Amino acid sequence: MSDVVEKTLTALPSLLSLDSQPGSTKLSSTSKLGTLIRGITELTSKHEEEKLIQRELVSIKEQVSSPNTSMRQMKELMVRAIYCEMLGYEASFSYIHAIKLAQQGTALEKRVGYLAVSLFLNESHELLLLLVNTVLKDLQSTNLIEVCMALTVVSQMFPKDMIPAILPLVEEKLNHPKEIIRRKAVLALYKFYLIAPNQVQHIHNKFRKALCDKDPGVMTASLHIYLQMIEENPEGYKDLAASFVTILKQVVGGKLPMDFNYHSVPAPWLQIQLLRILSLLGKNDPSTSEIMYEVLDESLRRAEINHNITYAILYECVKCIYTIDPKSDLLEKAAKCIGNFVLSPKINLKYLGLKALTYVVQQDPKLALQHQMTIIECLDHPDLIIKRETLEILFRITNAQNVTVIVDKMLEFLRINKDDYTTIDLVGKVAELAEKYAPDNEWFIETMSTVFSVGGDLMQPDIPNSFLKLLSEGFDSVEEDRKLRLFAVDSYVSLLQGEPGKLPQRFLQVISWVLGEYSFLREELEAATVLRLLAKLLDMKNTSSETKSWVLMAMTKLCERGAGVSVAQEVSETYSSSLDTVLRQRAQELQHLSRHSELRARVLPRDAGLEPLEVDSSLSFLDGFVSEALAAGAAPYKPPHQRQEELAQAKALSLEPYGLSLPISMSSCSIADRQSPTLLSISSGLSGESPDLSHKGGSSTLKLDGVKRLWGREGYLAQREPVEESARVEVPSPLRSPSQQGEADSSHSQTPIPTPEPEQEKQQLASSLFVGLSSQSSVCLMGKSEPTPQRFRRKAKSPGSSSSASEKTSNSLVSTPSTVDNLMCNNLLDSNITSELVVSSLEQTSQLSQGLAAANGTCDAELTDSDVKGSSPSLCGDNAVAAADPAPHEDPCKDLLLTSHLPAELSGLSHSEITPLCSNQSLDLSASHVQKEDSLVLVVFIYNSSDSDIQQILLELDSEEIEVSCVCDSAVQEASSHSVAVCQYSLTVKTPSVHVEVVGTVSYQFPAGTPQSLQFSYKLPLTCFIRPLTVSTEEYGTMWLDFSHDTKQNLTLISDGQEPLAATLNVLKKKLQLHVVEIIGMEGIVACRLLQDQPCLMHCRLNAGTLAVWLRSPVPALPDCLMYHCQRALQEH
Amino acid sequence: MIKAILIFNNHGKPRLIRFYQYFAEDMQQQIIRETFHLVSKRDDNVCNFLEGGSLIGGSDYKLIYRHYATLYFVFCVDSSESELGILDLIQVFVETLDKCFENVCELDLIFHMDKVHYILQEVVMGGMVLETNMNEIVAQVEVQNRMEKSEGGLSAAPARAVSAVKNMNLPEMPRNINIGDINIKVPSLSPF
Repeated sequence: MSDVVEKTLTALPSLLSLDSQPGSTKLSSTSKLGTLIRGITELTSKHEEEKLIQRELVSIKEQVSSPNTSMRQMKELMVRAIYCEMLGYEASFSYIHAIKLAQQGTALEKRVGYLAVSLFLNESHELLLLLVNTVLKDLQSTNLIEVCMALTVVSQMFPKDMIPAILPLVEEKLNHPKEIIRRKAVLALYKFYLIAPNQVQHIHNKFRKALCDKDPGVMTASLHIYLQMIEENPEGYKDLAASFVTILKQVVGGKLPMDFNYHSVPAPWLQIQLLRILSLLGKNDPSTSEIMYEVLDESLRRAEINHNITYAILYECVKCIYTIDPKSDLLEKAAKCIGNFVLSPKINLKYLGLKALTYVVQQDPKLALQHQMTIIECLDHPDLIIKRETLEILFRITNAQNVTVIVDKMLEFLRINKDDYTTIDLVGKVAELAEKYAPDNEWFIETMSTVFSVGGDLMQPDIPNSFLKLLSEGFDSVEEDRKLRLFAVDSYVSLLQGEPGKLPQRFLQVISWVLGEYSFLREELEAATVLRLLAKLLDMKNTSSETKSWVLMAMTKLCERGAGVSVAQEVSETYSSSLDTVLRQRAQELQHLSRHSELRARVLPRDAGLEPLEVDSSLSFLDGFVSEALAAGAAPYKPPHQRQEELAQAKALSLEPYGLSLPISMSSCSIADRQSPTLLSISSGLSGESPDLSHKGGSSTLKLDGVKRLWGREGYLAQREPVEESARVEVPSPLRSPSQQGEADSSHSQTPIPTPEPEQEKQQLASSLFVGLSSQSSVCLMGKSEPTPQRFRRKAKSPGSSSSASEKTSNSLVSTPSTVDNLMCNNLLDSNITSELVVSSLEQTSQLSQGLAAANGTCDAELTDSDVKGSSPSLCGDNAVAAADPAPHEDPCKDLLLTSHLPAELSGLSHSEITPLCSNQSLDLSASHVQKEDSLVLVVFIYNSSDSDIQQILLELDSEEIEVSCVCDSAVQEASSHSVAVCQYSLTVKTPSVHVEVVGTVSYQFPAGTPQSLQFSYKLPLTCFIRPLTVSTEEYGTMWLDFSHDTKQNLTLISDGQEPLAATLNVLKKKLQLHVVEIIGMEGIVACRLLQDQPCLMHCRLNAGTLAVWLRSPVPALPDCLMYHCQRALQEH
Repeated sequence: MIKAILIFNNHGKPRLIRFYQYFAEDMQQQIIRETFHLVSKRDDNVCNFLEGGSLIGGSDYKLIYRHYATLYFVFCVDSSESELGILDLIQVFVETLDKCFENVCELDLIFHMDKVHYILQEVVMGGMVLETNMNEIVAQVEVQNRMEKSEGGLSAAPARAVSAVKNMNLPEMPRNINIGDINIKVPSLSPF
């Protein structure tokens, strides 16, 4: 630091005097800022700097808020505030003054104000709204500099919602006589396009005008927009290809004025832009590519001057040639060009050459072969970036024959690499290669061990996951499986006998799982030995508690009998009083299971990892429990953001800073949208203690593969496709011809032999690296679709296991619920094992009930929700006979009988299946609902099963969420013996919730007897109240802006062959009665209404394989509820 | 798009920072620190590109930097920018600074941070390259400087100065260019 101080001090006087140019304000500003800077440079510690800046900020604060401070002084103060902010000290008090300065100052002061604003604020800062008027004014100013300033600040940031306010003015600037203004206006519009593409939809033709502008600068600016738009939708702009070619031709041909030249290259940046656009347009399009060949050839030819920027153009040219439809002579020239890059002594060019090679090597592997010696040299290059890029090439040319050498090189790099990002990336690649091309078991296990120990706890969690999955699922040959597992066990045991303290936690977890699962394969290995090794891990002080629970799980699997049990008992003793609840839980399990070997054998059967287990991911089996809890007075579950909203509405004191609360609610609304009882979220939070690893952390016997996990630590997880193994290629077994085998082996064995001649060494390395490229080059490349001989192939899944059929044979575990219950009683907290068991057994019952209900149901299934079927008869009253078991058996003819009692005006409409509500010895109550255009009618059938007439039947319905009004003439009914009385009620929603429930009481009296009563409840999904809302796109647009309550979430797409968006929306339309307003490209808008005209709008967008859904409505809870149903509908599909 | 432009000295002291994508204040400082850490470790004889910082944008994010005497000029860009193109843009920027400040040195950047920002605004606007022609950039900056001068004399002769500002014209380079008849038919655009 001292030399800087010295330099500064010596330079200061001269600088200050030099600076006394005209401009009186400048001197004072410089001197004050100068004092500050001088002060800072004199300091020796960060702490002193902090103190000084804080003092400075206090003084700035005092001055800016003083009314006597002139605008001119303010300007100087702003520069100082900017300086402080640059050093990382917040000067938020000055933000408002920056805006004021931009508003009120003269042009010069304005400039500082705008600069400060653009440095201090961001697009979503609320103070920015105050700037809108200033920008508006300045855009209309006659002073061009002010216009420029306004455009500059607009392109830096502008509140999205206010774009319409200034859009016309910016558009107008496209016709401005000054080219600089037009240029800035174009860039401002580009910015608008980026942040709010819909706002500028209508001015696309203006972009075209900008492209045709007579000034090349404006045209260049417009290319930014086109590059972006073409990237998003190349098909839409094919007609412009010829124009771009013409422009490029003229630029290359030197038609531009001289001042566009840079180092005598005409407008190089413009050329680069154009080449990028052309490559996008020509991709997979022979006819468009056709018109580019000539100009590309010309570009290659012209770019001869040996300067950086010409190489920039050449590089783009080459990439373009390899991207568009190939033409042989161009490819040849491009290949030569790449050669020049790669061979260049300039390191930057070498880097780009390697990048180009990486890009083209899939199409043209011979090129890599040509440059193999350079590649080898680059492997030992001192610059890690170059090395890294070289490995990237090697990664792409890896095949079964050179995999060992290439992976060796990668691991070598990993050991010296310090950069986390590269480590994560490369470790993933090594794992991928190892799984794909591993020559034998030993190599695979050893490589993966290195991966785990080098990648440590940085690597992506799916690497250990898929490794364990591969081990547990096995391959086609049982013998191979056994060998692989056995080898893994051997190598891990020897690792543990070494120095396990150095291994990363993730690796220890993998080791303990493997040992727990497969150590029995090694017969001479005593379980007790393994247990002792594992127990040693527990004693190490840097073992994390997550790892410890893995270890305990493994021990649970191992403690069979004999010496092992005592070790296990000892360990469980220690941890059963642990403060960590999860550990304590595991220790408890260990303790109990080690004592009861029979139970253990049943809960954790050895080597039974493949029986699939169905899990009801929507937790619908808990609906009954939920409604019970609700009836007992529990508060209904609200998603976090809704809670927060209500909190805000209640004007409660929010103790969280403003800045924090917004992002929290934003993120949570994307993940937690399912309405569910609070109790659920508690338990799931525990069972998901290790969200990414849980699928095999729980037990070997539970295979949750293919089941979407919906609950995680933070509650409900957004829908995510289960990780697909890219490596699952079904091809015949990896038989290599003997000659190839020999070749590979020999080349492998050659490398380690030390040869005195370095050149020779390189040659050998080359031959081992590039083996397989020359002969059947195209086959060996890891082209995506090409069948690759692969050692570790996953077993093809039986169709049954992947389908979500509900009639799933249950796991053998489930058949012993009583013992499981015993176990559960001892454990307060649920664990993976127990919770999954509970899930499965409950699942069974709910399936049973569904089955029964389905057997009863004869009516139109389209309107019923499976929820209603499964759990509607959930609650019964005090003196009534409770129908605890779902759906008492009824003969179908009774249903028919009841159907005939439907009121005439409803009989034409479809009605839900008739559900029994409650019954006793004299009365049988059933209900059904009918959806009418503008209302929902609930029909209650009261069947008198006694032998005497009943009079004075009074039915009272009540509900928190809905309003009930009686349709029939009198509330009092009577029913003669063995006949049916019918009551009709019209229902309207008061407050939306996922399911609405009507609680009713029927009181009646026999002619001679005391009054009796019977209680029941009836549950309806909200979907019954949803009707399509027919609006036009314009109406939709205006409505959208008016609605304040919204929710966003990603849903799974349905893709059955046809267009996924349309297919998905059709399913929603059919199941939920939505109205699809319009589908435009990747987006769709949908509208519906809740009865009584409460609209809800939906906006969907295809986004990376999921459907990003945004719901808006004026009714607070409606979007959330509807989101839930959309999700259910798509899941059930 | 250019995500950020960072200038710091050999000790990692920031001299100019400009973000074109929003990051919270402490994140910005962290990015500066990490970038400095990455860049300062590198010799002068290695390439000027760095990939894959974990902070800004992962794999789609590159650092392109040049080292001049005591200062590092670092541009953080995404994949839509040409590496060599940006490298030369840095050169253009520095040459422009040199022209504006006459033998630019670190101290100029410290004491005229605002001016450097104005120059940068003429080169890169909202993350997009606006102008690459040095003369053009200098001309635009000159106009603004002239405004400064005339405003400096504002108190002496307000009326004259105001009219001077009003009539101030931006420079127009003689650009007689005939890009030819780019015959662009405007097709009917889709409603969305």
